Amino acid sequence: MIDFSPLHGLAGGLLIGLGAVTMMAGIGRIAGICGIVVNAMFGLERPWRLAFLAGLPAGALLAGATGAADLADLGFPASVPATVAAGLLVGFGATVGSGCTSGHGVCGLARLSPRSIAATAVFMTTAALTVFVTRHLAG
Amino acid sequence: MAAVISLLAGLVFGAGLAISGMIDPARVLGFFDVAGAWDPTLAFVMAGALAVTIPGYRLAFARRAPVAGRTFHVPTASAIDRPLLGGAALFGVGWGLAGFCPGPAIAALATLAPKVWLFVAAMLVGMAAAKVWRDRAGADPAPAPLPSGQGR
Repeated sequence: MIDFSPLHGLAGGLLIGLGAVTMMAGIGRIAGICGIVVNAMFGLERPWRLAFLAGLPAGALLAGATGAADLADLGFPASVPATVAAGLLVGFGATVGSGCTSGHGVCGLARLSPRSIAATAVFMTTAALTVFVTRHLAG
Repeated sequence: MAAVISLLAGLVFGAGLAISGMIDPARVLGFFDVAGAWDPTLAFVMAGALAVTIPGYRLAFARRAPVAGRTFHVPTASAIDRPLLGGAALFGVGWGLAGFCPGPAIAALATLAPKVWLFVAAMLVGMAAAKVWRDRAGADPAPAPLPSGQGR
C-alpha cells in the first residue's frame, strides 16, 4: 500500500508549474516533454531542447540530494516485456496525439485548449482502464 | 540565453517531478487504481501545477514577447480529430501499463534503474516510428514543429 502524500504532490506540482511558466515567459515555448524530445531527436533547434531535457534528471538528482525527494524509493511493478510495450505505446501515442501529460495535461489545460482537454480526458480514462484490466481482471 | 533559461526551467520541472512522486511508477499506478487502494496524490500534483500555469500563462501572454524570444509558440490546431484521440488513447494504455509518462521517465533516468532506461529507449523508438509514420501519411504537422502564433 502506498501512503498518500498531498503536500509533496502539491509542492511538486507548484514546481512543475513554475518550470512550465518559466519556459513560456522566458522563451515562449510549451513545456511539452514529448514534443521537445521528438523535435530534439529530429534535429530542430536542439540547444534549448537538450538543455531542458538535461535539466529534468539533474533536477531530480538535486531534489534527492537535498532530501526533498527519495529517489531510492521507486517501485516498478511492470515486467520487462510490459515496460517495453508501455514505452512503445507512450512514445507512439503521445507523438500521434500531439502531447503527453505535460503538453496536454499541464500546459494545454492552462490555456483551456479544447484539444488538450479532450486528450487529457481520453488518456486518463484509458490509463485507468488499463490498470483496472491488469490489476483486477487479468490479475 | 534560451538554453540557460531552458536548463533552469528543466531543473525546476525535474525537481518538481521528483518531489511530487510522479517519477515513482508505483504511485502513479496507485492513482489510476480507482477500484483498488486509490492514491489521490497525482490529482494534487495536477492541481498544484495548474494553480501556477493558469495565472502564470496569463501574466506571460500579457507581455508582447517572451523575455528571450520573438514570439510565443502556441499550438494553433483546433480540430479534435482521430490522431489526437487515438494517440491519446494509446498513450494512456502505455501510461497505465508501466506508470511512466515521458517527463517523469526522463527525470527518473537519474536513478539509473535499468527499467527506466529500457522504458525511455522503447519510448524513443515509438516516437521516431510515429514521426516517420505521420510524415509519410501527410497528416497535420503537429507536434513537430509547433506552428508559431501569438499567445492569448
